[in-house]
Amino acid sequence: MKLVTMAVTAALALGLTGAQAEPVKVGLITTLSGGGAGLGIDVRDGFMLAVKQAGNEDLEVVIEDDQRKPDIAVQLADKMVQSEKVDVLTGIIWSNLAMAVVPSVTAQGKFYLSPNAGPSALAGKGCHPNYFNVAWQNDNLHEAAGAYANFAGHKKSFILAPNYPAGKDALTGYKRFYEGGLAGEIYTKLGQTDYAAELAQIRASDADSVFFFLPGGMGISFLKQYKDSGIDLPVVGPAFSFDQGILQAVGDAALGVKNTSQWNKDLDNPTNKAFVESFQAEYGRLPSLYASQGFDTANLLLSAMAKADVNDADAFREALEAGEFASTRGNFKFGPNHHPIQDIYVREVVKEGDVYTNKIIGTALSSHADAYWADCNM
Amino acid sequence: MSLILLIEQVLNGLQFGIMLFLMAAGLTLIFGVMGLINLAHGSLYMIGAFCAAAVAGATGSFLLALIASLAGAAIAGALVELVVIRRLYDKDHLDQVLATFALILIFSEGTRWVFGSFPLFLDVPDFLSGPITLPGGIEYPLYRLTLIVVGLLVALGLYLLISRTRLGVQIRAGENDREMIAALGIDIAKLYTIVFALGAALAGLAGALVGAIQSVQVGMGEPVLILAFVVIVIGGIGSIKGALIGAILVGLTDTLGGIFLPEVMKLFFDPSTATSIGSSLASMAIYVLMAAVLILRPSGLFGARA
Repeated sequence: MKLVTMAVTAALALGLTGAQAEPVKVGLITTLSGGGAGLGIDVRDGFMLAVKQAGNEDLEVVIEDDQRKPDIAVQLADKMVQSEKVDVLTGIIWSNLAMAVVPSVTAQGKFYLSPNAGPSALAGKGCHPNYFNVAWQNDNLHEAAGAYANFAGHKKSFILAPNYPAGKDALTGYKRFYEGGLAGEIYTKLGQTDYAAELAQIRASDADSVFFFLPGGMGISFLKQYKDSGIDLPVVGPAFSFDQGILQAVGDAALGVKNTSQWNKDLDNPTNKAFVESFQAEYGRLPSLYASQGFDTANLLLSAMAKADVNDADAFREALEAGEFASTRGNFKFGPNHHPIQDIYVREVVKEGDVYTNKIIGTALSSHADAYWADCNM
Repeated sequence: MSLILLIEQVLNGLQFGIMLFLMAAGLTLIFGVMGLINLAHGSLYMIGAFCAAAVAGATGSFLLALIASLAGAAIAGALVELVVIRRLYDKDHLDQVLATFALILIFSEGTRWVFGSFPLFLDVPDFLSGPITLPGGIEYPLYRLTLIVVGLLVALGLYLLISRTRLGVQIRAGENDREMIAALGIDIAKLYTIVFALGAALAGLAGALVGAIQSVQVGMGEPVLILAFVVIVIGGIGSIKGALIGAILVGLTDTLGGIFLPEVMKLFFDPSTATSIGSSLASMAIYVLMAAVLILRPSGLFGARA
């Protein structure tokens, strides 16, 4: 299979950055083809937008497509470490791929900055000094959904998620904060597209609300079928099934649904406003939360490059830990296990003109850290 | 578990099976008549869904969208047969697999090039949306019920086509002895193109029908393709009747397995372990079914060839 390699060197050297002599080579492995491509493309576009805006000639990015397959991701990571000699890896969307790649590249002394996947195994006992998650620990948005369900007065939730690491983190996270009882708990197949059987179980149960985590195309299918089934229970979920990339394909079925996210396009800070505007100007579409995560990851990296030489691993790590960059989320801070401590908001799906999008209606959890940091010794 | 829920799940399994049949019928026909393994069948399913989504988006008519899916997939199928597949009949199966796998990649990237990477919108038409109440108080989505009826009508149509028409006679003859029908003066090349386009049209129709309740996106065909292969292996390669029975068996096993295995496991484990083990077992259920059928009948339920 022919892999597309793209080396991008920024064109404009404006001399504004505190030019470091040592160039940094970044390997961005993400999903650019197949079912989950929308997510990877958003991360890549957000990342490259920040790189372009910085105009730092010392940053070189190599982009490869993992096709959402763990074995290919591992091959690409090996190639990047051994023959491309990259200093930093990033880009992986899916937790099962991250579990296959991250422990091995950090063990080889490379830095890994996760723009998305945050499996619990890498946040607690499996944490590593060279592993940073710029997005969230997997459980976080689900914990916020659980907190919101309490606030909304849900007493009997029916919960479902796909049977893979992030799916288990999702239901665990929801249950950690949700105080009511469960009407049912289902693990679906990863990549499942037909939810008739699950919907029949929801209908037959005495649930008063539904929580689901089904990222990408799975969420589109579920929501369309949910609407068509005539079940009329309130739905709560993490932002992954309501992001900008898929809302247009879901249509009216998503209107009014509450979902939780660490980011939204209407967050009121100058970095975010500039990001949303420049992303639209560059790519002709609204950014999703994945794009914001890619953008923040690149800016974190650039902030560390301005302070330290990547060959001095300890200094570079310290510069990353400081997390001193202008985040689209406003203030940004790492916890002791290199995962963010951040506010998580509740959003509602609305229609602006012809475009389906989200607006923030409240804060679910403030300065929220993950549940695993105490297990992390590094 | 109430009786109503059970009946509803059986209907779900039936609907899933019948959509699989539309895919498997084309696949088994092409394999039976031409001896060709067509991995790109899933791409034709995707093309059907994309054609339907594009036409529905432009005109707002679901019926026009269905016609577009049939026509689009049939044209794509005929073109592929004329340009690529035709050169593969004399080659062995490995060459066919390689060439049609390449077609999957070409179709996927081509679709991405034309339509972009983000899923398209295709919705159930208003007159078919929402649930209806069946006798016995079962609430069931009207659209899924329509899918069952449409699928059965297509199955009936295929049966009549194969058993009652001149084209059907040629197809059956082609399955048995292709040299002989060529010697009898039948244009075998044209017959192959027609059969391939027919199989493609069925896949395209399935893509459009299912696309309305699922996500229309690049790569949507491959998971269905794998199931369709399981179906034709169970049903017996080349047999339309086998494809129908096999598809319904697979649909019911997959749906009912997903419901009952976690329940059964709850008798032995605590609920969360049971859910996890049950779901894992359920995803294996159809392959266990396939293995069991192959042990008892190595050429499938209705397979003529050994």
